[in-house]
Amino acid sequence: MMQTIFALATARGKAGVAIIRVSGPEARAIGEVLCGSVPTAGSHSLRAVRGEGGTTLDQALVLWFEGPNSFTGEDVLELHLHGSVAVVRAVEARIAATGLAREAEPGEFTKRALLNDRLDLAQVEGLGDLIEAETEAQREQAQRVFTGALSEKMAHLRELGIRAAALLTATIDFADEEVPVDVLPEVRDLLTEAMVELEQEIEGSHVAERVRDGFEVAILGAPNAGKSTLINTLAGREIAITSDIAGTTRDVLEVRLDIAGLPVTVLDTAGLRDSEDAIEVIGVSRAVERALAADLRVLLKTDDFELPTALEQNIDLVYGAKADLTGNGGISGLTGEGVDQFVADVARILSERVSKVRTAISSRQRQGMQRALVAFGHVISSVETEIAAEHVQDGLHALDSVIGHVDVEAILGEIFSRFCIGK
Amino acid sequence: MKHPDFDVVIVGGGHAGVEAADAARRTGARTALVTLRREDLGVMSCNPAIGGLGKGHLVREIDALGGIMGRAADASGIQYRLLNRRKGAAVQGPRTQSDRALYAAAIRNHVAEADGLTLIEAEVADLIVRDNRACGVVLADGSEVPANAVVLTTGTFLRGIIHIGDRKIEGGRMGDRPSVALANRMENLGLPLGRLKTGTPPRLAGKSINWDILQEQQADEDPTFFSFLTTKVHARQIACGITHTNAHTHDIIQKNLGRSAMYGGMIGGIGPRYCPSIEDKVVRFADKDSHQIFLEPEGLTTDVVYPNGISTSLPEDVQHDYVHSIVGLERAEILQPGYAIEYDFVDPTSLSDQLELRVLGGLHLAGQINGTTGYEEAAAQGLVAGLSAARQSLGLDPVTFSRRESYIGVMIDDLVTRGVAEPYRMFTSRAEYRLSLRADNADARLTPIGLSLGIIDDTRKQVFEAKMERLEKGRALLNSVTATPKEAQAVGITVNSDGKRRTGMELLAFPDLDIADLARISPEVSGLDCETASQLKIEATYATYVARQQKDAEALNRDEAKQIPQDFPYGEVVGLSNELRGKLTRVRPSTLGQAGRIDGMTPAALALILTKLRQLDRISA
Repeated sequence: MMQTIFALATARGKAGVAIIRVSGPEARAIGEVLCGSVPTAGSHSLRAVRGEGGTTLDQALVLWFEGPNSFTGEDVLELHLHGSVAVVRAVEARIAATGLAREAEPGEFTKRALLNDRLDLAQVEGLGDLIEAETEAQREQAQRVFTGALSEKMAHLRELGIRAAALLTATIDFADEEVPVDVLPEVRDLLTEAMVELEQEIEGSHVAERVRDGFEVAILGAPNAGKSTLINTLAGREIAITSDIAGTTRDVLEVRLDIAGLPVTVLDTAGLRDSEDAIEVIGVSRAVERALAADLRVLLKTDDFELPTALEQNIDLVYGAKADLTGNGGISGLTGEGVDQFVADVARILSERVSKVRTAISSRQRQGMQRALVAFGHVISSVETEIAAEHVQDGLHALDSVIGHVDVEAILGEIFSRFCIGK
Repeated sequence: MKHPDFDVVIVGGGHAGVEAADAARRTGARTALVTLRREDLGVMSCNPAIGGLGKGHLVREIDALGGIMGRAADASGIQYRLLNRRKGAAVQGPRTQSDRALYAAAIRNHVAEADGLTLIEAEVADLIVRDNRACGVVLADGSEVPANAVVLTTGTFLRGIIHIGDRKIEGGRMGDRPSVALANRMENLGLPLGRLKTGTPPRLAGKSINWDILQEQQADEDPTFFSFLTTKVHARQIACGITHTNAHTHDIIQKNLGRSAMYGGMIGGIGPRYCPSIEDKVVRFADKDSHQIFLEPEGLTTDVVYPNGISTSLPEDVQHDYVHSIVGLERAEILQPGYAIEYDFVDPTSLSDQLELRVLGGLHLAGQINGTTGYEEAAAQGLVAGLSAARQSLGLDPVTFSRRESYIGVMIDDLVTRGVAEPYRMFTSRAEYRLSLRADNADARLTPIGLSLGIIDDTRKQVFEAKMERLEKGRALLNSVTATPKEAQAVGITVNSDGKRRTGMELLAFPDLDIADLARISPEVSGLDCETASQLKIEATYATYVARQQKDAEALNRDEAKQIPQDFPYGEVVGLSNELRGKLTRVRPSTLGQAGRIDGMTPAALALILTKLRQLDRISA
């Protein structure tokens, strides 16, 4: 029998409300011990939560969900308590004392939702991201996956693959029936459609990973071009979304910002200049490497400055440095001149990239899609029908690995609904 | 009257029954075959043809294991056609139309001459059940036939009802009576039963058909036989006629749908989607105004013609009208009306891998009673059931056929793990290892297994070993012949100039290359005989795919090797949904791999079962 589990669902510490969730077959019994009874399924009511001697621990809003119509698919009790550390601790101890439930392991509620088919694997990934989301774009992206957009997309691609498999199978297994002789053009059309979507998904998934993990913007320029000043200004003006990165107080090396809802890490790099000093040469080549790995490279240009050749073709934005001194426009971290323009430019370029995000968000999902893409490509180049059919199967299995399960019955079902089989 | 004791008794003399009886006696069991009449042996109750796609593979496999069907088909073949001749070898299916009389005679003669097989002409009234084991049968005259194991191959006898329009006749086949007591016994076992239906077309008099205006379909010029032992055609080859239904035919059917047993609501069973009645075709594919019909003569010495494609349960007068609306059949005489039959089948998930009922030890089921359709499917199950019953009776280890090595294994596994929703028929697409499970290599795959089971006679053993030796020599020769791209190009073979030295087998994998081309590199190659050469060409063609499947299969094999005990406590597996728990408890998969094929199974659920298995291992260790 499944054990009943409980855990604090909200963050620990002082807060307005704290929610303790209980899931499993004993959830009702626990509700009855603590609150006398549970509300009718799907509703809530205010109850006193009582301690062992009948003392009142708190007044709680009690919610009752009856399996399978709950997050985990099991019976679920929710106690909305006052967000006091002491209240939470007392109620947790009371639940544990009933001996009917144990404390949940991290992620165990979600795991049960997965096991009870309330969520599929992609949705679980989406949920994980949703909980981690710090910016608006991250929330939107995770929400899409969590609400099943990826599952729907996969279902659509699978349908295309199954139809292609059905056509090929029809010409193989029903060769003596009245089925179309040359199905390859239609197979090719179906799979080309799938491949185009797969390619877009794969491309988008790279960007999606950035949305999740953060874009990197490298600021480049000669020593003393004002890079650090700019970053300090940004840290002060924009919403710095983390403060626990080393050195964030005064001499900022990188700062994590929310720009137009996107998580962006702005990197300071070592000043770029030719040098005889062996140590400085190493520093410069590291800066170049780091800059190349970033998503955007911004150059603060000074007159006498020459870019290292490795970067020449890779600069995305250029501004004149130290606008306060030159008076020629550009950026000055000191006066704030041009900083708004800089933020707007970064937002514009990154937003454009984000528009390519489709539904896939993880490298695991991307790998499945890549395998499917390769397999469908093989189908189109296959000469023999049975070999083509083999590759379609491979492709379908790859799509399955992203989401679900295909079998021969699905293919036969498609054939029988489309062709009149049986002479 | 007291019958002698047998090791195995087989009930029913259809395709499943005779194959079961022959497999049992070849295993060394004293075997009795009980059938109503000697003349019922090897009767083809429906289409007079053997083989086809997937089905032809099954017949080859039966033959590779020493069974009868392939030889009987070759003794009676009157129109050999290799289906998918223009496609790859993996999906080619041998098929023939058979002369009904010759086929039945071949089967009768085989049974009559078989050592260790006793034919009893009688009606089986009941089973003998002791200590919850089937140990023989009771005949209608009250006498008993004791045996250690029983194989039931009784086709459609469970509540079988024939429908012609609104006329109903109780019985399994036209003219047969159902065995009520046995049916009651089966029903009282409390087995999960389902209801299926199937139909046949009206039979026509050949002399009343206007053949002159009809298109013909000829037999293959170089026939592909079923049996690995057959070397020549036994019967004269004939052609079939082809005609089509038309808008007028469809009109007649449309107007009378209410009088069709299937559409008038008189039949509740589920019919096969791949073999729909003409009513079904007209309704479901309303946009098509014509359907093809093959006019297949039922033999060389009979005038009966089987119009393949117009099975029906319409009343006789409507059958007359629509048949006469078809070109060439304007004056066709109907010798026997078409009819539909509905019957109960036993949910095959209640069977073990050996086709033994889990609730009643010693009782094996094979054929239509398990929800399948087709002579070939029945015969293949008969072979498995007969073999298993015999081995059980003789105290030998059970045999399991795996999906990796045979279509037989695919079918048994499909039946016992997934059950059936419509009459089950074999297709090549059911076999995930299709590229390695070919009709051409059925002997290489299965005859060695047959030899180890002791069910292969000396003649077949010699033929097989000689063939394998020729192949092995040929393979060695082609692996020893090598050529660089330059050398290959020099004799006119186009390969990439990648500097890679290729063996003869590797070169042979190129689609447009054959043995004759290789002979230009090494003259020795031209010494290979035709059969060996073409077999090696097929091997070479699929080599890379087979190797990859092998790898997949090895990964899968870990699951297949992970045994699940029959008393596995699914109730204790935490986190399993009630639906899956119910299915698993019913099917009782014997391996983790089999569990994975149960409909609706999720990877998460498999992981839970595996975890529990490990827990159990730890406890017992």
